[in-house]
Order: sequence, then structure tokens, then C-alpha cells
Amino acid sequence: MAMIDEPLYPIAVLIDELKNEDIQLRLNSIRKLSTIARALGEERTRKELIPFLSENNDDDDEVLLAMAEELGVFIPYVGGVEHANVLLPPLETLCIVEETCVRDKAVESLCRIGAQMREQDLVEFFIPLLKRLAAGEWFTARVSSCGLFHIAYPSAPEALKTELRTLYGQLCQDDMPMVRRSAATNLGKFAATVEAPHLKVDIMSMFDDLTHDDQDSVRLLAVEGCAALGKLLEPQDCIAHILPVIVNFSQDKSWRVRYMVANQLYELCEAVGPEPTRSDLVPAYVRLLRDNEAEVRIAAAGKVTKFCRILNSELAIQNILPCVKELSTDSSQHVRSALASVIMGMAPILGKDATIEQLLPIFLSLLKDEFPDVRLNIISKLDQVNQVIGIDLLSQSLLPAIVELAEDRHWRVRLAIIEYIPLLASQLGVGFFDDKLGALCMQWLKDKVYSIRDAAANNVKRLAEEFGPDWAMQHIVPQVLDMINNPHYLYRMTILHAVSVLAPVMGKDITCSKLLPVVINASKDRVPNIKFNVAKVLQSLIPIVDQSVVEKTIRPCLVELSEDPDVDVRYFATQALQSSDQQMMMSS
Amino acid sequence: MNGGDEVVTAPAGPPQPLDWKFSQVFGERTAGEEVQEVDIISAIEFDKTGDHLATGDRGGRVVLFERTDTKDHDALRRDLERTDHPINRHPEFRYKTEFQSHEPEFDYLKSLEIEEKINKIRWCQTANRALFLLSTNDKTIKFWKVQEKKVKKISEMNLDPPKAVGNGCVASSSNSNSPTLCLANGGSSGNDFSFPPGGLPSLRLPVVTSQETNLVARCRRVYAHAHDYHINSISNNSDGETFISADDLRINLWNLEISNQSFNIVDVKPANMEDLTEVITSAEFHPTHCNMLAYSSSKGSIRLIDLRQSALCDSHAKLFEEPEAPGSRSFFTEIIASISDIKFAKDGRYMLSRDYMTLKLWDINMDSGPVSTFQVHEYLRPKLCDLYENDSIFDKFECCLSGDGLRVATGSYSNLFRIFGCAPGSTEATTLEASKNPMRRQVQTPSRPSRSLSSITRVVRRGAETSGVDANGNSFDFTTKLLHLAWHATENSIACAAANSLYMYYA
Repeated sequence: MAMIDEPLYPIAVLIDELKNEDIQLRLNSIRKLSTIARALGEERTRKELIPFLSENNDDDDEVLLAMAEELGVFIPYVGGVEHANVLLPPLETLCIVEETCVRDKAVESLCRIGAQMREQDLVEFFIPLLKRLAAGEWFTARVSSCGLFHIAYPSAPEALKTELRTLYGQLCQDDMPMVRRSAATNLGKFAATVEAPHLKVDIMSMFDDLTHDDQDSVRLLAVEGCAALGKLLEPQDCIAHILPVIVNFSQDKSWRVRYMVANQLYELCEAVGPEPTRSDLVPAYVRLLRDNEAEVRIAAAGKVTKFCRILNSELAIQNILPCVKELSTDSSQHVRSALASVIMGMAPILGKDATIEQLLPIFLSLLKDEFPDVRLNIISKLDQVNQVIGIDLLSQSLLPAIVELAEDRHWRVRLAIIEYIPLLASQLGVGFFDDKLGALCMQWLKDKVYSIRDAAANNVKRLAEEFGPDWAMQHIVPQVLDMINNPHYLYRMTILHAVSVLAPVMGKDITCSKLLPVVINASKDRVPNIKFNVAKVLQSLIPIVDQSVVEKTIRPCLVELSEDPDVDVRYFATQALQSSDQQMMMSS
Repeated sequence: MNGGDEVVTAPAGPPQPLDWKFSQVFGERTAGEEVQEVDIISAIEFDKTGDHLATGDRGGRVVLFERTDTKDHDALRRDLERTDHPINRHPEFRYKTEFQSHEPEFDYLKSLEIEEKINKIRWCQTANRALFLLSTNDKTIKFWKVQEKKVKKISEMNLDPPKAVGNGCVASSSNSNSPTLCLANGGSSGNDFSFPPGGLPSLRLPVVTSQETNLVARCRRVYAHAHDYHINSISNNSDGETFISADDLRINLWNLEISNQSFNIVDVKPANMEDLTEVITSAEFHPTHCNMLAYSSSKGSIRLIDLRQSALCDSHAKLFEEPEAPGSRSFFTEIIASISDIKFAKDGRYMLSRDYMTLKLWDINMDSGPVSTFQVHEYLRPKLCDLYENDSIFDKFECCLSGDGLRVATGSYSNLFRIFGCAPGSTEATTLEASKNPMRRQVQTPSRPSRSLSSITRVVRRGAETSGVDANGNSFDFTTKLLHLAWHATENSIACAAANSLYMYYA
């Protein structure tokens, strides 16, 4: 047992804990691996620490994950790029472990190291490692290998390049679906490094294999490959090779594959260009919008605006709009809800006339939907349509919808509509708001559910911000302050909360003249909860009002509360007094 | 997934009946030994290679066995998977390890006790020498990893172990930020530590000496809170990333890596529970087609569904039912029609189902009726009334197919199990007893065969009303039932459970 100098003690502990029984301590040591490495020096890190870590491959997954991550940034500690290859063996063993997240991290770290390695080192060390993994006995090794090709390939000499392409082709046909999935996932990255002639031949034939795979899970990933490959190919090759695949996928037997197409179609359109989009992808998209599986329609409906944006408005009106009309009365509420969340965005694309003529009836029918989420989604995007046609055409239908949502028996629905009130207020303008919505905002302050009351208080503040203190003084503050006399203490507490959030917006004059007296009054409340909330509110008002007001009004009130029989009241009053002291010291 | 090349390539004429021999027994009862309830085996499963066998019991334990006779342990695994050559030696297994998979629980919301009994075990893809399996009780599915770990013996350390222990607070202070020494900000140059360029020679890494290994089972994931009713089956998909779990009314689809969400793919719960006429009894994925799964019902039907068709598979793609023979209806018809287990053959073309009295083999291309029906214990038919009264009629017997698809097997009472040839023209029908002398039931002697001491005491203890002798001199004992059995993936070897004992036979 070595004697350790006093200053080295912590680092010695850190090293010993690499093998501690307690996983937390091991994890901690691994996270400080760079400190250990610097203590050992570059040479001993290479010769001792790294081999030591390579042995340590049967540790718990959490430790291995941390190790995989640390090794990715370890090049400076082993003596720079020319020694980077010593980091490969421990990462290679981590590429074979069973836990997916550890393997993924090891692959990520290998990529990071490989990207910095010198070309001759890549050929000498990295590519052999890749080949070992790709021919690995366990599928885990082969899965990991797929993610390394794009790093190795560019540096490989011609003969090796051919070999690597062949290897990847084999991985695309592996017995294990896990390996084929990994090959499909990484195909785009690998293809980006392959030279054009090989891309058209080798990569496309691998892609072809994957698109015909028996396993749905592999074909799903091949759908994503379409967009990636499409961007690499010349437009005419893309039309010849990728387009038919997309069209086929959009009619795949598996709804999950069609679902992926519905989600990705927008990117695929970009890959193939405008003309084929019009001739082939619009019909495919229309089919997806009318798919018999609701999940597919949900995905397709959610992309309707994005898709229309790349078409011209004429095509959109001609082809997409009829489907949108059908979807607005779809039997699945989730489809309607997905449509409602994006459909407002179509207004700017279609222009004013088409919006009024075609979209408005759809908006109105969705606003009357029996499912609250659908209505909420329409309301949440109101600003987009307002820009195109103005709110007047909608306001007649809007109000009943809002009122109904405001009184929905599910409090989450009420909460959601409150969140949109400031947006509505800004869109609808002061006049409309005063007439119709003001009363609702007050009503929420007296809701049975705390979250609603809380949100209502914040809503009052946001309205004051939107329309200004003068308006608030007229339309909000008196009504709010009236409610401080509510017989139920919970409602009185809501008002105190509203006062504390309103004060900064209203400014010190109104605060002193209107808000503060109400709070001071409330300090005489018989319920201790009100009293300690008064203390909290007063504390929050201190920075807003003048020092003289603090001295004259706030502090005496707090002093009185600090002698209250209730322990909580005393506590919060004392807190407030202390903070006022600090305030004074800082300002003096 | 290799497709149909191992399919019944039936040779000219049916294969010869097999000559079954006793191979091994684990947990054999000694004379007069009382069976502990917790020790009773409740699940048996061979893995895909047949190199491992797992059993689960009512006490929530999973016991693993490994094959010892495979010639060349160093041979490439992939080769082993493929080889199908005849091996002269029969499979021999040894105890590998065991672990507590489930514990008894109490659901406070519903005031329900959740038993720890293992209902099903399924093996998952082996990776990097670690074994993976799913085990389930009534409510919770768990994903286990069993792995060899080196036993750590650290011989060299920087600090004397006692000193290190004594300074436990210092050791742990590197965990949180130590007040005196700032190690927390790792590698940056702004660190309080400055090390000489060559490093500090006095520091050394711990040296691990011992290379001994032991097996460790770790629960990697728990798939819970997705079933309102009791889980009766779990089954892996051929894609290697998903599996299903089925309870009485619903089937859920899971991703192995995601334990906090599952998708409901079948829901047979009626809006009004009083309209309930049928429950799901068993479900299994097709061995190669990732989109197909079959589930059986208490009414004796099997439904094949296609996951590609829609997200919620309430409408089946195919329904397999045997039309009821006219005039045969009785009080028991519906009860004994209930299917207790279904299994796909390895090639995926045939399905085997077990109801109370029969085994049925179905061709998935023919939904008009089973290809063949095998009577398991027809001599019990006159006794259905007794079986109903003592609840035995609700016993859930499992069934299994041989790897080559030429034979099927299932259990019965008195620790008997039956093996039938299902190749065209085969009349093979063997009855075996789960004991060291499996064939003695075949001996046609009017007198009862000599019994081992343990059996005699058992009969005496349990009294005569549950045990009797039928016209053929076969005794039957409703309390000793052979519910669980499994066929080796590639060879003619069967493992079956008689109470707490695991018997293995080969041919």
C-alpha cells in the first residue's frame, strides 16, 4: 500500500473508487476520468488507464454509458490526435454490449474520435475495427458497425472502399431485423460519403432491398431514407428511383408505413421537386388524407398546411381542399383535432377570396365541434386567419364557442381557453372584449378549481398589459377589488394573488391609491391564511412603491402581523420585514 | 428469420413412432415429501436454440437450466443456430441459476392481492453472451438480463482499505463538491489542481486479480399498469423489438425498450360488462410474419389478426372455429370448448390449440375446421360432472409442437402427457407419465403397475375419491395434473412439470 501525499488524497480516492462496490461512487469516478487522466499523465493514461477501462466492460450499464461518453472527448488526455487510436479498443468493446443506449453512445464517441483521426490512422486502426464489428458474432456488434461507415469510408483507399460497400450491403440483408434496421437508419449518412457512380448503383440496390423487407419496422425506416437519398441524387435519378418507391410506400399494406409517409411526405416533396410533386405526390397525399386508418389520416391532416405551402393555391384548392372538407367531419375526433390545429395556416396560402368562400365554412363547423380540443385548436391559431380576412366574419360564431369552452365542465378545457384569452383580446380588440369577454374573466376568478382561479389572476394581469393601465383601471381593477369581500376565504386569497401580479403592471400610483388599501384592509381578516398571504403580497409590493409608503403603511401593518397569534402569519410577516430591511440598506 | 425450409418435408409414409426415454429430473420429490405450494412449477420455456430452459414457479422464482452436452462450446453461435444435424447424444441440462422475478404485491386502489406466480416466460434475443427473458405474473411483465460478471478482487489500491473505510466521509465527499478541493469541474484548466506534465508517479490504478465469474440477473425494465385483468400470455414479435401481452379482455403491444407506454391493439370489452360472453385465453405472434398474431377465446375460436390493417385490430382477418356437431350439445359443451393454449408451429403455417378434451391442429389457410383433432383423455368424458364439481374442468393445459412440426404434445391428469404424430397418415399416440419410468402406462396389464413408495403414500393421503381406476386399469388422479410442458426447438426432447418436479424425456 502506497503512502499518499496529503494533497493527492482526493485524487487517490477518486482512482480507488473506480472499483468501488457502490455504483454511485464508480459513476462519480468515471465522470471525473479526465482528472484522473491528467493526474496520471498522458503516457500512463495510454499505457495503464485505457487498458484498465477496456477490461472494465462488465460493469453496470450506467457506468458503461458514462464511460462511453467520457472517452469521446478523451483525445487531449492521451497525448493528442496522434495517439487517438488507443481510445478505440475500449469503445469497441462498448459497441458490443447489450444495452442500446450504451452502444449508441459508444458509436457516437467513435465517430467523434474518428472525425479527428489522421487518415493513415483511420486506415490502420479505425477501418479494421469497423470490419471486426461488421463481421461480429453478436448482432449488437453488427448493429453498431452500421453507424461508423460514414466516418471510415472517405479515408479508405479504393480497394477498401469497395469492400466497405459490400460489407454494408451484407448488413442490409442480415438475418437479424435489428441489424437491418440499423443499416436502414444509417444508410443516408453513409450514402452522403459515397461517390456518385456507386451511389446510383450500390447504394440504390441496398436501398431497394430495404424497401422490400418483410419486416414492417425495417420498411418504416427506409421511408426516412427516401428523403435523405433524394437530396443526394440528381433530380432525374431521384424521379426515376425514389419517386416510385414513395408512391409504393404510400400504398403499403401496413398502415404504419403509410403513417410514416404521411409524416414525411413534405420532405419527400422537396427531394423530388415541384413537377413530380404535382403529378405523383399530390394524388398520393390525397389518398393518405382519405386513408381508412384514422392514425394515417391524423398524420396526413396535421401536415396539410405544410404541404399546401409548397403547392400553388390553385392546386391546393382543386385537390386538397375537398379532402379538408371531408376531414372536418371525420368520424375520428383526433383527425378533426389534428386538422383544426393546422387549418388556420391555410388562410394565407389560399388568399382572401378562397378563404372566405371555402375555408370559412370549415372553420365555423370546427368551431361548433362537439369535441373541445377541436374548438380549442381553432381558437389557438386565430391570429393567422385574422391577418387574411379580419376577425369580423368569425366573431359571430366565435363568441358562443368561447363561452361554451369557458363553462366546460372539464377544468382542463377551461384552463386551456383562459390561456388563449390574451391572444383573443389582442385579435378581437377592446370593444369586442368589453362587451362579451370581460364578465367571463371575472367569473373565472370565482371558479371552483384552484388552477383556474390561479390562471384567471394571471390572465387579468396579461389583459392589463395588453390594453394598458388606464383601461385596466376602468374595466378590471374595480371588479377585481370588489371580490375581496367574498365570504369564502379561498376566493379572497385569489384576489390577493391578482393584486400582487397586477401591481407591477399598474405602476406605483395606482398601487398606492387603489391596491394597497385593499391589502392593508385584508390584514384584519379573521382567517390566518389570508393574513400570511397579505404579508407575502406586501413583501412583493415593497420594491414597487416609494420608501415613504413602505415606512408609513406597509411596515406598521407587517409589524402588527409579526405579533399575530398564528405562527405562520408571524413567520411570513417577519420574512417580509427582513426583506424590507434589506431593501432599505441597499437603497441607503 | 429463416422461412419455411424446416417445414414438414414429410418423407414417404409417416415417420416411425418415437421411443421415449427418461432423461433427467430436477426437484424430484422424496418419499412422503409434501409439495410446497410456492415450489409448484407454473411455466416452462425452451429458448430458440434449445440451449437454455427456464421454469417459473408459484413463488415468483425463475430457474434457468443450460445444456451441457453441446459438443463444442467455442463453435460460432451462428453456426450452432443453424445446425440441425442429428446428434446422437440427447440434450442434457444442468442448473444454471435462479432469481426472484416477482414478489407478492397488494394493489391498494383496488384492494387486490397480486400473486407472485409466474404465468409465462418468454426468451428474447441473446446478445453478447447475456441472456434475456420476459416473465410475467397476473399484472406486471419484467425484462431480465442474466449475465456473467467477474468477481472483483482488488489487490492494489492507493489507500489502505481500512484507512479508506475510516475516511468514508472523505471518499463520499468527492461525490458532492468537496469543500476544500474542487474536483467537480473536471478537465478545465481553471481547476484548483495543477498536475506536472508527466503525471504523478505515486498514483496507481486498482488491480483486479480474480477472474472468477458469477451469474447475475438484473431486472432491466418493468412493464406495469397496463392490464386491468389477469395477463394470460406474452409473446415476442419476430422483429426483435416488440412483444404483446394479453389479458382476459385486451391485448397490448409494447416496445421492449419502452416500458412506460403500450398500445392497445385488441379490446373485446363490451360497453356493458353484462354483455360479456367471451374472453381472451391465449395469444401468440406468428413466428416469422411480424404483422400477424393469433388469439384464442373461451368459446373455442381462434382469431388471426393483421396488424397492418389498422391500429386497433378489433376486426379479425380470419376466424377459426369448428362447427358444432348437431345434437351433441350438453351443459358442458361451452366449458370444454374453451381454448387454454395456442401455439404456432415453427414454420408458421400450422397452429395448435388445446381445449379441455382435445388438441386441434389448424392450417392457417383453412378456416373451416381443424386439420386434425386428437382426443387427449376421452375416458374422462363420462366424468365431466365430477370434473365440473371439483373445478378441474377449468384447468388450463398447455400444448406444444416439436421443432419439425411432426408431433404435438399436451398434458393430462395423473401426471400423464400424450404425444401424437400429426404428419399425414401417422397414427402415433403415446401416453407417458412424468416419472422416471415414463412408459409404464403403456404396459397392458390388468393389475396396477407397481408403484413407487411415494405414489402410494400420496394416494393414501389424498384418499380415494380423487383417484380411481378406469376400465383399462389406468388410474387417474385429478390433483396431479400436468399442465405445463415444452418441446425442445430442434430435437425430440420434452420438458414437463409435475407439481414441483421438472422431468425431461428424449427420443
